[in-house]
Amino acid sequence: MKETRYVRAITEALSEEMARDENVFVIGEDVGGPGGAFSATKGLLETFGERRVRDTPISESAIVGLAIGAAAQGLRPVAEIMFMDFLTVCMDQIVNQMAKMRYMFGGIYKLPVVIRAPCGGGLNAGPQHSQCLESWFAHVPGLKVVMPATPYDVKGLLKASIRDDNPILFIENKALYALKGEIPEEEYLVPIGKADVKRAGKDATVVATSRMVHQSLEAAKVLSNEGIDVEVIDLRTINPLDKETIFKSVEKTSKLVIAHEAVKAFGIGAEIAAMVCEEMIDCLDAPVLRVGAPFVPVPFNVEKLYLPNSEDVVKAVKKVME
Amino acid sequence: MVKKEKLLEMLYSMVKIRRVEERLLDIFAQGKIPGFIHVSIGQEAVAAGVCSCLKTDDSIFTTHRGHGQAIAKGVDLKRFMAEVYGRKDGYCKGKSGSMHIASKEVGIIGSNGIVGGGIPISLGTAFASIYRGEDKVTVCFFGDGATNEGTFHESLNLASLWNLPVVFCCENNGWSQFTPQKVYMKLENISKRAESYGMAGVTVDGDDVLKVYEEAEKAIVRARKGQGPTLLECKTHRWFGHFAGDAQKYRSPKEIQEARGFDPIGKFQKFLFESKYISPEYIDKIEAKIKSEIEEAIAFAESSPIGGIEELFNDVYA
Repeated sequence: MKETRYVRAITEALSEEMARDENVFVIGEDVGGPGGAFSATKGLLETFGERRVRDTPISESAIVGLAIGAAAQGLRPVAEIMFMDFLTVCMDQIVNQMAKMRYMFGGIYKLPVVIRAPCGGGLNAGPQHSQCLESWFAHVPGLKVVMPATPYDVKGLLKASIRDDNPILFIENKALYALKGEIPEEEYLVPIGKADVKRAGKDATVVATSRMVHQSLEAAKVLSNEGIDVEVIDLRTINPLDKETIFKSVEKTSKLVIAHEAVKAFGIGAEIAAMVCEEMIDCLDAPVLRVGAPFVPVPFNVEKLYLPNSEDVVKAVKKVME
Repeated sequence: MVKKEKLLEMLYSMVKIRRVEERLLDIFAQGKIPGFIHVSIGQEAVAAGVCSCLKTDDSIFTTHRGHGQAIAKGVDLKRFMAEVYGRKDGYCKGKSGSMHIASKEVGIIGSNGIVGGGIPISLGTAFASIYRGEDKVTVCFFGDGATNEGTFHESLNLASLWNLPVVFCCENNGWSQFTPQKVYMKLENISKRAESYGMAGVTVDGDDVLKVYEEAEKAIVRARKGQGPTLLECKTHRWFGHFAGDAQKYRSPKEIQEARGFDPIGKFQKFLFESKYISPEYIDKIEAKIKSEIEEAIAFAESSPIGGIEELFNDVYA
């Protein structure tokens, strides 16, 4: 094992997959010389050259469109969109084109496109550079949505995503780029669509995504001092959703809290809560609670008041334990 | 000089496009085709002229008004017709219909229902060609309306910057759905926009198949040699409405009449007669051949099954 930062784990995944498969190339704004706005593609240009590391103009639709067309011809593009918020600039290419082409054309194409984009607050970047929009994309059939929280998962899942034959939205987190964690020296993959029990517990289940996984683990530590044993599940993939792992945990604990950084309303939490209520309401000892951001744009000045944190998770767990 | 064989191939293609679309209007009116259809009658010279310069493994992207390009690129008419009917033996198992036909074998990467939606994707097939060191060319067809979409500008800039082997073919029929060009654009010639991307741009009489062929050939050769993209504007005329069944209350009868005065097929036939390439009997012969081809395709389509529940869930993910 070795200690690596989240962002370097991404670089390693890209580098290994590019070395493994000639069809993999990287495209995006400033991904070449500058190595990406958050340095995720640092060094790739030097190693793989201009043919495979393509700096583009600020043209998100052209970036994603090019990736789609190249994938239809058998290449495996990894496109970087600098902030998740900018995905809204190329929504047609993602939603009407990339997600539809296989179905609409009767399965003649495989589209192995990975779009990497960081979500989340924590940098005081304001309303246009801090959103978590994963539920928008999880709502679109044809896309897979991956959202890793640790250096280990981000590397293994990015490698798996590049090898997957479907369009994938790979959501990183700006606040996690500097996070350190252990990863193996040798090659490994993390399967798409498998959640991970990051902490086993018997009293309540917390299903979390991205930065909120860490907040939930902190909350679990606090709660364990009070004798409450929390199970923390890191979803890792939003779609396809790992129902099995969630259901198994809820069967055990009978209490469920879902924690994400995206606004609470109409989010992933609502989907999971509805799913559990539809299929296993008899197992529940308390109403399902959601922790998420308030229904306001991400503020620049009072971001701290906006972002959901471990205290919110503690409160929610205590409430379901009442 | 264009070889006789090529001239006759283009004539066949143009007549076939027109007769197929006339028949489609007819069948659509009978309620046999679901969804909507958009015909390109009056614009046949663009599809035939451009596609005649392409090889099978070159790629095209087309639009909601894409029957012409599909036929000119060489679709099998039976499978094409089955697709328009939404039947299982169609190119896309009946899942694309008239508006979204694609065929890998024929090099139709996709037909797009979103105006300007295919332009960025065409960069990708062109990119794949240079990435692999191949000399395949991509032609992206779109209408005049699409040139006001942001995707047009992003894509032309990037294509020019990277010298991508792509030809952007703007089929300018003067109508952006229900609105005439002068209402939404100050420019008269859209090809002028090429200059701002450092790209070759040319406007051609899109009702003259020989002129279309000549300019398309130059642009495609340039692209194939790695000399960069071209914006090729073909000015043509839309004889019918935006969609089949469009009452066209936004057009004066006089203007429609004038548009129909520009007949690319009549013009080309006249040239071929005068140059003694063909006789009136030749026309009769190809008309008869096309008619039987169409009827055979319709019979094939109508006997092909409609997909069941398995089609609902197939092909969402690989």
